[in-house]
Amino acid sequence: MNANTTVKPVICRSVGKKYGNNIVALNNISFEAEYGEIFGLIGPDGAGKTSIFHILATLALPSKGSASVLGFDTVSDFRQIRQLIGYMPGRFSLYQDLTVEENLRFFATLFNTTVEANYKLVKDIYSHIEAFAKRRAGALSGGMKQKLALSCALIHKPKVLFLDEPTTGVDPVSRKEFWGMLKRLKEQGITIIVSTPYMDEATMCDRIALINRGAFMKIDTPAAIVESYAENLFAVRGNRMANLLKLLRSHSKVKTSFAFGDVHHVTVESDTSIDEIKRFIDENNSGEVEIYSVEPTIEDCYMWYSLSEDKKTEINNKVFK
Amino acid sequence: MNVEKAVKVEGLTKKFGEFVAVDNISFDVDKGEIFGFLGANGAGKTTAMKMLCGLSKPSGGRANVAGYDIASEAEQVKRNAGYMSQRFSLYEDLTVRENIKLFGGIYGMSAANIKTKTEYLLENLGMNSEGNKLVGKLPLGWKQKLAFSVAIFHNPKIVFLDEPTGGVDPSTRRRFWEMIYDAAENGITIFVTTHYMDEAEYCNRVSIMVNGRIKALNTPANLKKQFNSTNMDEVFRKITAE
Repeated sequence: MNANTTVKPVICRSVGKKYGNNIVALNNISFEAEYGEIFGLIGPDGAGKTSIFHILATLALPSKGSASVLGFDTVSDFRQIRQLIGYMPGRFSLYQDLTVEENLRFFATLFNTTVEANYKLVKDIYSHIEAFAKRRAGALSGGMKQKLALSCALIHKPKVLFLDEPTTGVDPVSRKEFWGMLKRLKEQGITIIVSTPYMDEATMCDRIALINRGAFMKIDTPAAIVESYAENLFAVRGNRMANLLKLLRSHSKVKTSFAFGDVHHVTVESDTSIDEIKRFIDENNSGEVEIYSVEPTIEDCYMWYSLSEDKKTEINNKVFK
Repeated sequence: MNVEKAVKVEGLTKKFGEFVAVDNISFDVDKGEIFGFLGANGAGKTTAMKMLCGLSKPSGGRANVAGYDIASEAEQVKRNAGYMSQRFSLYEDLTVRENIKLFGGIYGMSAANIKTKTEYLLENLGMNSEGNKLVGKLPLGWKQKLAFSVAIFHNPKIVFLDEPTGGVDPSTRRRFWEMIYDAAENGITIFVTTHYMDEAEYCNRVSIMVNGRIKALNTPANLKKQFNSTNMDEVFRKITAE
């Protein structure tokens, strides 16, 4: 347990961020993270994820509102915060021409500690790359770089970890492994704020915020977000998938139709049945098709929430060029 | 008669000193096919792709891309291939028109040809009024569309897409794949890498590389059958964990 557990470890209160006069990067962002929570910021490039990290890591000033980390204000108490957090920026942040070992030692020294003193904390992660201790960081593969960067962000025993897209460009197997590591860190009471553009990773978080164009569309547990999805969602599979997609979009009761792996996900008006869509496809003899109701994924939810915000007209006009 | 091949690879190998980055790989890609080139980080995908684009000389074996030998006819390979990646695609501080003109010029297109095709392209993308805007000012989805259109502007026989959809929002990502389908339908061969396993499903065939070798190559449906998996994510994990 932390000494000061009455104050939430990470708080954003109506945070806004403007660059210049007319670029609004963040608009009224509010959330609180709990101790030992993995809180995910889920959204595409340009949504504002990195701006939130910059403010929380005391690298940028909010234009509006305030934020605090472990009870310290990100503006007035930035020195204290810097001692207590680990930050892994989106782009590879290590020294490419230092070896793996030298990088880790360097970051430990920066924080007035030693690799030996905190080795226990990074062992689980660092052991994967220890065999390459003498290799230059620049010569590591993507998955290994990411493990080294996490080790370096952890070596001073931070209470809060900020991870900005740690899994971007990393293959699915290494990504899964990485999330396993985060889970074990969380069990040690470390609060983790992590962003990702891979929506399937959202389910690995305790709570997530769906972020789009600088604003949160929804904050909740992944399960509750899936629960809140109110659309009529079908999956359709056939032999001629590209044609099927166009055909589905031409139906007046179909709101959206998108490819989802080996099926298409289709949302329809509430009064529309599976049979009606099935009949429509058969009438246009598109061959054998399978059609059934499905549970939405976080990606369905993200698409729906971003759509319902500002693209209703687009659906109505069916502008899907 | 044989189906026309856009890519023919036989025993292609690349060594860096003792390290074998690409180890004797062989495969074909049909004309107009969407071919997914998958693998773990460090498996050798980028090295193999650089050789196929004519940017790096093989240590062994040979490959033919768009009808040209990658070692002895690298220049022709480059002229007949397009390339787009998430990291590098367009110059942000040039306008839309300037970018198109630059890339058309690099690929040796005539000024007149560039001019007519530019109007056609802008019309097609619904970007007529954006032609003189800086690319850096465009929304991400438009940049993506434009980058792909520029990569196939010189009418290449094949286009290499290196993680083209990384970091893009879910709807834009899907619309991007619809553009890929259209290009493939027009006979352009698509050679694509991705870390989104749902996108592996959109490919006609998929190869999975592990430690420099191609461990599996088949249609997504057959791979799922072969590895007794419900989706490509599971297939990928089973193959790379072996």
